[in-house]
Amino acid sequence: MLRDTGYKPGEDRFMKIAIASGKGGTGKTTLSVNIAQALDSPVVLLDCDVEEPNSRLFLDPKLIGEEVVNTLIPKVDPDKCNGCGACGRFCQFNAIVTFGTKPLVFSEMCHGCGGCARLCPQGAITEVENRIGLISEFSSGNIRLFQGCIDVGVAMAPPLIRALKQKIPEDGLVILDAPPGTTCPVVATLGEVDYVVLVTEPTPFGLNDLTLAVDMVRELGLPFGVIVNRVGVGDDRVQRYCERENISVLLEIPNDRAVAEAYSRGESIVESVPGYKELFAGIMDSIMADYKGGHK
Amino acid sequence: MKIILTSTGRTLESEIDSRFGRAAMFILFDTESGDFEVIDNKQNLDAAQGAGIQAAQNVFNTGAKAVITGHCGPKAFAALSAAGIIVYCNATGTVQSMLEQYKNGDLKESQGADVEGHWV
Amino acid sequence: MKELVVISGKGGTGKTSVTASFAVLAESAIVADCDVDAADLHLVLEPEEVKREEFYSGKLASIDNDACSGCGLCAEYCRFEAIKETPQGRYVIDPNNCEGCGVCVQFCPSQAIRFENRLCGEWMLSKTRRGDMAHAKLGVAAENSGKLVSTVRKNAQKLATENGVSLIIIDGPPGIGCPVIASLTGASKVLVVTEPTVSGAHDMKRVLKLARHFEISAAVCVNKWDLNADMTAAIEQTAQELGATLAGRVRYDTSVTKAQIQRKAVVETESPAAEDIRILWKNIVADI
Repeated sequence: MLRDTGYKPGEDRFMKIAIASGKGGTGKTTLSVNIAQALDSPVVLLDCDVEEPNSRLFLDPKLIGEEVVNTLIPKVDPDKCNGCGACGRFCQFNAIVTFGTKPLVFSEMCHGCGGCARLCPQGAITEVENRIGLISEFSSGNIRLFQGCIDVGVAMAPPLIRALKQKIPEDGLVILDAPPGTTCPVVATLGEVDYVVLVTEPTPFGLNDLTLAVDMVRELGLPFGVIVNRVGVGDDRVQRYCERENISVLLEIPNDRAVAEAYSRGESIVESVPGYKELFAGIMDSIMADYKGGHK
Repeated sequence: MKIILTSTGRTLESEIDSRFGRAAMFILFDTESGDFEVIDNKQNLDAAQGAGIQAAQNVFNTGAKAVITGHCGPKAFAALSAAGIIVYCNATGTVQSMLEQYKNGDLKESQGADVEGHWV
Repeated sequence: MKELVVISGKGGTGKTSVTASFAVLAESAIVADCDVDAADLHLVLEPEEVKREEFYSGKLASIDNDACSGCGLCAEYCRFEAIKETPQGRYVIDPNNCEGCGVCVQFCPSQAIRFENRLCGEWMLSKTRRGDMAHAKLGVAAENSGKLVSTVRKNAQKLATENGVSLIIIDGPPGIGCPVIASLTGASKVLVVTEPTVSGAHDMKRVLKLARHFEISAAVCVNKWDLNADMTAAIEQTAQELGATLAGRVRYDTSVTKAQIQRKAVVETESPAAEDIRILWKNIVADI
């Protein structure tokens, strides 16, 4: 049965929802996976935490396909190069350097801006593809999972995240599991999503990290709501903050040792702890209500 | 000939800094005159990325022909080799003691990086 | 001077609660919060700021509207979708997407694009009830390079030298990337705080390999160990196989959060977890 989430396929290309948090360990991945599992309709899940993608660990999915992701890096033609050094002086990232002779290229430092190739007075630099990671597609029940995994030794996550987001279909429901924090990989994940869910805990650390995340989504101008995880472990300061700031609290998940233990074993919560399927399924209604209510 | 030793301090009695790219100081030693000069590696300590590569460039700019240090990563090693600079890794103890070993020909030229890159 | 770095790989394992307790238990130490992306240590140690400075890293391009001819070459050349056309036919740079590569600056025919050092955050020096503290705040959407982390560590080393303190306790960042490397290169000891979960075990392995690569002696502590005793045992075995020592276990205890709410370190309250952390500290001190 299709749940009435207010979403009609093809109607308004709805909807891309990112699950994010100011710091790690608040339950982002658990929520992404369990919300997806609690729905009965098809959903696309994007694991954008490309340094530590572990949505897969909780789904036991079937591998459908893999695709290598490349960026462009410079290649120097030694016959054309006269060792002028203009490329090395231009590069902000020490990815191409000269020692009075031919330049050396350090692919892992390269951001792929293409400046050196454009600039070279001898036309000695062309751009070639260089592997940075892998996108894998999996299937598990109603979920199509796309996972980005950055190669060991590569420090540039945003290009891989941008490639992963190319997998977003024209319509349908998409959940993006964002990397932790408020730095550039998170900003790359949140670009052009419709709604952001911020996950936090009712503790002083949770509140502090939430305020940083709220600053970020406000800076990006995105509508958002909050899920408070492990309610009962701390106090009500997060809820009071949300009320003061006019932020919707979409869901409060009780602190439950049964959940912590299921998570510890790598099990799905909606499948192994009674009552949670209904709790997680209701989140879509809350998001829709907040979104349609013209959240500012 | 001029050589560079990575150092934790400003004198020949200082300990060798085991890091190349993020070494505190470079001691630029002239093997003919016995004079030396201290070069602050501050810019590289602050570098967001590519400290080893920048350090190699700094070494090249001093005209040094050899580097004596503790550990050298692959990018720095590639850069130093491209510049024709000989690398001696595994240095420990004081700058003075390594200089003596160098003069006596006791040091063995490194053939490659001795540590992995810093993006494990 | 000794530097003890507390890291975790995975976030949310209790790293900061352990660090704050160590700061209280140490007779004399400088504390450095190197988790600059989501700094929390100040919530417990309540630092009084003595000094604050802006922190710059990398570059940021910006277009001078008056000098811009509206040719659009910059937007065409930019690979990061950072340049957008305005309704007035001019161009504007979105700082959230600008990577500071300098392509637009180099190729603008009107030389209308400025290229300035990028303000990425601030660093602070403070006094706390348990000695001096070095910390920082990274700006929103900034690149979390190791540079700010290195700055905080250098500030802590300076404080230690000036005050004749021989121990620095560092609250490290999560993950295994550049900021983590910057927080632990050259340190005396690293303590990995993990938890008995699938991801906790996975991430611990990666950070232990990192520590071994940098030849830093490592110890492991499993927090909330009694949530899954079997997995705790398995994690401890893996840790030993990777050359780490076992420094202790901390049990699942709701008083850890209660202490946080009272702005106290866990060891400033009476609780089972506080006892566990005291034993943990003793083992670490004996071994550093």
